[in-house]
Amino acid sequence: MKFVDEFRDGQLAKGLAGAIANSADPARSYHLMEFCGGHTHAISRYGLTDFLPPNVRMVHGPGCPVCVLPIGRIDLAIQLALERGVILCSYGDTLRVPASGGLSLLKAKAGVGARNGDIRMVYSGADALKAARENPAREVVFFAIGFETTTPPTALLIRQAHAEGLKNFSVLCNHVLTPAAITHILESPEVRQYGTVPLDGFIGPAHVSTIIGSRPYEHFAEEYRKPVVIAGFEPLDVMQAILMLVRQLNEDRAEVENEFSRAVTREGNLKAQALVSEVFELRRSFEWRGLGEVPYSALKIRATFAAFDAEQRYGLRYVPVPDNKACECGAILRGVKKPQDCKIFGTVCTPENPMGSCMVSSEGACAAHYTYGRYKDAIPA
Amino acid sequence: MNDKKTYVRPLDISNGRVDMSHGSGGRAMAQLIEEMFLAAFDNEFLRQGDDGASLPPLPTEAGRLVVATDAHVVSPLFFPGGDIGCLAVHGTINDVAVMGARPLYLAASFILEEGFPLADLQRIIASMAAAAKSARVPVVTGDTKVVERGKGDGVFITTTGFGWVPQGVNLSGNRAEAGDAILLSGSIGDHGMAIMSRRENLAFDAPIESDTAALHDLVATMLDSGAKIRCLRDPTRGGLATTLNEIARQSGVGMMLDEAAIPVKPAVDAACEFLGLDPLYVANEGKLVAICAAADADLLLSAMRAHPLGQDTAIIGSVHADPHHFVQMQTRFGGRRNVDWLTGEQLPRIC
Repeated sequence: MKFVDEFRDGQLAKGLAGAIANSADPARSYHLMEFCGGHTHAISRYGLTDFLPPNVRMVHGPGCPVCVLPIGRIDLAIQLALERGVILCSYGDTLRVPASGGLSLLKAKAGVGARNGDIRMVYSGADALKAARENPAREVVFFAIGFETTTPPTALLIRQAHAEGLKNFSVLCNHVLTPAAITHILESPEVRQYGTVPLDGFIGPAHVSTIIGSRPYEHFAEEYRKPVVIAGFEPLDVMQAILMLVRQLNEDRAEVENEFSRAVTREGNLKAQALVSEVFELRRSFEWRGLGEVPYSALKIRATFAAFDAEQRYGLRYVPVPDNKACECGAILRGVKKPQDCKIFGTVCTPENPMGSCMVSSEGACAAHYTYGRYKDAIPA
Repeated sequence: MNDKKTYVRPLDISNGRVDMSHGSGGRAMAQLIEEMFLAAFDNEFLRQGDDGASLPPLPTEAGRLVVATDAHVVSPLFFPGGDIGCLAVHGTINDVAVMGARPLYLAASFILEEGFPLADLQRIIASMAAAAKSARVPVVTGDTKVVERGKGDGVFITTTGFGWVPQGVNLSGNRAEAGDAILLSGSIGDHGMAIMSRRENLAFDAPIESDTAALHDLVATMLDSGAKIRCLRDPTRGGLATTLNEIARQSGVGMMLDEAAIPVKPAVDAACEFLGLDPLYVANEGKLVAICAAADADLLLSAMRAHPLGQDTAIIGSVHADPHHFVQMQTRFGGRRNVDWLTGEQLPRIC
């Protein structure tokens, strides 16, 4: 496949692996967090850690949109489908995320008692808009989730619905912001005070950065002295970024470097940014699964477009719900623990019956390790 | 005495639709069966007109009997490379064939939804009849029911196949042994991506056709080669990954695959890439996996490649001892990873 295979070339990988091994100083260790689930997925799917020397360790970050969605937000969506009878449109990944009372959107769709929700999987928010046009007598809600990458399309939907004067369409907005989450991790006591989570540098997001640019990460490099290398989602991108981080750390530099220069500029996509700020504004605070309340870390729909805001339209009240006690998703999302450290990993919690959200999306640290990396934990007979 | 010939108005196949009377057991049903099903599937057993088919005794060289059944529900009903009709024939023939059996007969039952266009039904039946004819496996008995509008999805077809295994042939998923070779008869993911490309909310233009085909002749060639085959299986739902995991568990072994050796057509690869799907989990309807003794791998490989349905056969990996029954893969990139069971449905990723 042109323009894809070039970034998955095994020979080049061997060369990069050699360069990383040569550059890594055996006297020290390198703890690098890949923020994005896309990177986590690539690392697991291509068996990337097999190429790294033991002192270069990858720490999986919270950048999986499905994983950080708190239970209470899914409860709101289920409530809309079951109690308000709306057509609820959602991306496929979100359907299996466990919510309260043993439910999920998928189970609510199959039926709870005598009721069942009209819950539809869509590949694009535009399909939700289409459902609204085709069902003028029904209310349609789009369950919008994701980081900065998926926000502009949602903004476009709302603007379009506004232009068409659609009366039966609204959005339950759960869009979150990457830089706020990185700050939160860097400010967390484990990293800042106890030093229990050594974090030496970050692999910066790929798709998110095409929108927001590389500038927002400069703060982390300057303020926290952590190097950031923005990288694409292909395995060679990730390896190149690891090499760049190792070199920065060796040279005691903390800069923002851009490995993904084929798609990311310093300023990002200004048109998309303008669109987003036309439709959305910052929330004072938002709950992230695993991270808790994070100030100014999410977006809500501006008052101008209030008619399309499902929270206002249906007077929804958010009720936070604690995670299952045995679930370590929180610590895993902060990089404090590895999936294998969780008692219920692979026993009670599996991709078929996920207890925590990290086991749901293929980008989640637990699902990625369970699906692709489990052989590493196996005890030889 | 009235010797006027009863005039029966023939079915209006081009504009007519299935209605509830077509399932009532009365004249309308008899007419539907006669004019559509019997006309297409015509053979001596159906012509007996009894409740079941009375079949001749098996030849003396026949060993064990094999029976397999498969319910076919597919949306859309017509897709590039085939339709539910030929799929219902191929699917069941393949289930019988991978048991090492020679398929002899098929039984078919249809659940039709009220309002379903007779023209579409005609197309489906014609495709089924053509598939059965070219496979030389007749549909010898059948049944039709009609459900009210909204209670079906156009048409559901269940087919059951019968066949016999030649004496001395013993294939089963529990016979894979450490050291065995794993062969795959051609490219993966064609059927699933052909269907996906025509799904209502996801239509995209791609030169991808379903691989739906009857594999019993290929299987016969393989058995004739004399290679020590332990197990055959067709990787349909859940794809290659799921099939190999099933065999690994049944046989209590592990497997190591070589990603670079697994054939995937460029268009399928690209479609999977842009939807965030893994071709290892995408359905096939005309491929089979063979596990055979390592010493016979080349013999079997050349026998399979000599058959039109096996010309892209590749040795994709090997079996080894593993108490965890993991299927693992050496990635094209050079790393290693598990190839796990499919979880739920494969869903496109968000980011």
